[in-house]
Amino acid sequence: MTRARTSPGIVIATVLGVAVPVAFLAVFFAWPVAAMVGRGFADGLGGFGEVFSRPRTIRLIGFTLGQAALASGICVVLGLPVAHVLYRLRFRGRGLLRALVILPFVLPTVVVGVAFRTLLRDTPLDGTFAAILLALVFFNVAVVVRTVGSAWEGLDPRQEDAARVLGASPARVFATITLPRLGPSIAAASSIVFLFCATAFGVVLVLGGTKFGTIETEIYLLTTQFLDLRAASVLSVTQLVIVVALLAVVGRVRGSTQRRVTAARRPRRTDAPAIAAAALITAALAVPVLALVERSLRTSTGYGFDNFALLSGTGSRNALVVPVWVALGNSLGTAVQATVLAVGIGLVASLVLSRSPRSLLARRALGALDGALLLPLGISAVTVGFGFLITLNQPPFDLRSSPILVPIAQALVALPLVVRTVLPVLKSIDPRLRESAAVLGATPWRVLRDVDLSIVARPVLAASGFAFAVALGEFGATSFLARPDRPTLPVVIYRLIGLPGGDNFGMAIAASVVLAVVTVAVIALVERLRVDTVGAF
Amino acid sequence: MTTALETRGLTVSYLRDKGRPALAIDDVSLTLDAGEVLAILGPSGSGKSTLLRSIAGLEVLDAGRVLWEGEDITSLPVHKRGFALMFQDGQLFTHRSVASNVAYALQIARMPQLEQRERVAELLELVGLAGFGDRRVTELSGGEQQRVALARALAAKPRLLMLDEPLSSLDRELRERLGRDLRRILVETGTTAMFVTHDQGEAVLVADRIGIMMDSRLVQLGSTAEVLEAPATAAVQRFLGR
Repeated sequence: MTRARTSPGIVIATVLGVAVPVAFLAVFFAWPVAAMVGRGFADGLGGFGEVFSRPRTIRLIGFTLGQAALASGICVVLGLPVAHVLYRLRFRGRGLLRALVILPFVLPTVVVGVAFRTLLRDTPLDGTFAAILLALVFFNVAVVVRTVGSAWEGLDPRQEDAARVLGASPARVFATITLPRLGPSIAAASSIVFLFCATAFGVVLVLGGTKFGTIETEIYLLTTQFLDLRAASVLSVTQLVIVVALLAVVGRVRGSTQRRVTAARRPRRTDAPAIAAAALITAALAVPVLALVERSLRTSTGYGFDNFALLSGTGSRNALVVPVWVALGNSLGTAVQATVLAVGIGLVASLVLSRSPRSLLARRALGALDGALLLPLGISAVTVGFGFLITLNQPPFDLRSSPILVPIAQALVALPLVVRTVLPVLKSIDPRLRESAAVLGATPWRVLRDVDLSIVARPVLAASGFAFAVALGEFGATSFLARPDRPTLPVVIYRLIGLPGGDNFGMAIAASVVLAVVTVAVIALVERLRVDTVGAF
Repeated sequence: MTTALETRGLTVSYLRDKGRPALAIDDVSLTLDAGEVLAILGPSGSGKSTLLRSIAGLEVLDAGRVLWEGEDITSLPVHKRGFALMFQDGQLFTHRSVASNVAYALQIARMPQLEQRERVAELLELVGLAGFGDRRVTELSGGEQQRVALARALAAKPRLLMLDEPLSSLDRELRERLGRDLRRILVETGTTAMFVTHDQGEAVLVADRIGIMMDSRLVQLGSTAEVLEAPATAAVQRFLGR
């Protein structure tokens, strides 16, 4: 076999491109999770028998799966009309609406929890199952809208036209033509939503109180309150099994993202029901946010900025170690580091994953890496956080007291989102475009710069903003890893609502508004880049 | 006439879906003189494009050598061969303007800015798109995009210009006009060229010599008249419809 020579630099770069993401995932994901799992099996399967014989465990697993199934069902029902209106119709202000709909998804979980508590306070819904369900739907409806919407936008409308000409009513066209064609994207979106709900932590912790809990909040309670590490790891393993099974489903139904047509059209009269539903749902999404802002401005005498002024202090009864503004500074600094890590590793991994090597073995290996990169999306952040504590506390990785641990954990959470944003764009580049550049005399490095990196520049920027927002709001792993003297904003907010009385609740709400404003500002910038792979799965 | 390109026994295989290897091109040997235009004509799936890609250095060869002016370039990397390859659908860089697409090879060669601008203007003039430099390539029609692709390929004065079905995506009338323009441009610039097509008319219009590929093999190679008047086999005769 002869071929044009590959320079040693390219060979080394390819090897590094595979090795760096793999090593990162191995040390900071696989190892901690494996250590956690190992504890569950420490004395054989006995631990499992004991933990599963507790009625509480069975109730928790039932609740976790039940609320996730219900929430994803509701998200699909509510998401479809919105997806239709925002992606299939063309009208003024569509871009703004699309941006507004994704907001709940990027709001920090703690903020959403606080917003719903504020909204439902003194109503019969406070502290109920319905409250948790509402918050989860609020959070995840965007996933359905974005994922199904971008698939819908790419469907060739001529098939629908053909059915209409043959005499099908609009409802019949939808049921017999549109819905089946949207099937894969609906399946993908609902399984992702199920995944997010099944591993929901912040929202359930804030809204569920002692009455309701998921596997995830139970792991947290078992480790931090009851110090029952064995039971915690048994639950981690259980969750791991559920998540891996779900991800296998997601991988199977996730269709190709390549598309060319944009099928948006002007609204017709038959769209009226969908438009009305979409308007109602979008308005409903704004309610919790508005309630949060309103409450943050309320003072004992009327309206004012008193709650915000309090943020330079440490709360009533010295609830906090540092002022809230310092925590915001910590959050921003940590999120920048996490973004650099996630985008660096995510970009390298995406570049490698976008190639289709000749050998079957290499192609299978890339497929496996692709799947592994999606894993952190579903694995409990609490498991990862706890895993860090039990593995990274000895040489060669004695990082327990190092401030780098928090950004690493946040990067892990953001990594799948970076890859999902960048990889589809890289994969849609025709390989012959690279070949054109090479034949014209561009070295492999130059091809990488002039073709791949130029095309992917905007998506990478968008992914950076997205990763930053996610890192900023990350609560599950951060709550484990942040040192008491260096808390992030979500950790501080949770601490404040845990110690009500005095000014603390007002401060928690004001801090939530600050966190939401920063997140929204970042996401608004991302939306301006108009990269449609952001937030679509 | 001096021999520019020579291939000796080029063979490329690919893996079928079930993992069994099949030959894409089988033992192809040919020569091409400097300044000559050769058309490779054959039905789809006969291996024409693979032949071009192997000469460009984009394929892994199972056997065979590629020589340029007698020098073995088989293991020379793609970007050092000084060739150009134009694809059926142009493959323009959509994130660059028309002018910066055309200037791409010149930028790589570090030609001074001023000269680049002159050369780009000259090339756009040559392909009939004078003044189109600042347009976005996505605003152009299919025929205009192919003209830009041709200008981009010619920019660095390639030793060999390869064209893969350059006119196939265009409608009939445009194809004939662009075909004639292509012939004129190749002759005017004295470019050695090799192009692949499944359309006899196109081959006759543009090329000096025609090679016929069928079932992965080069079955006949000769002047346009020779091939049309005396098909080597019954299958070639059927393909040519004579």
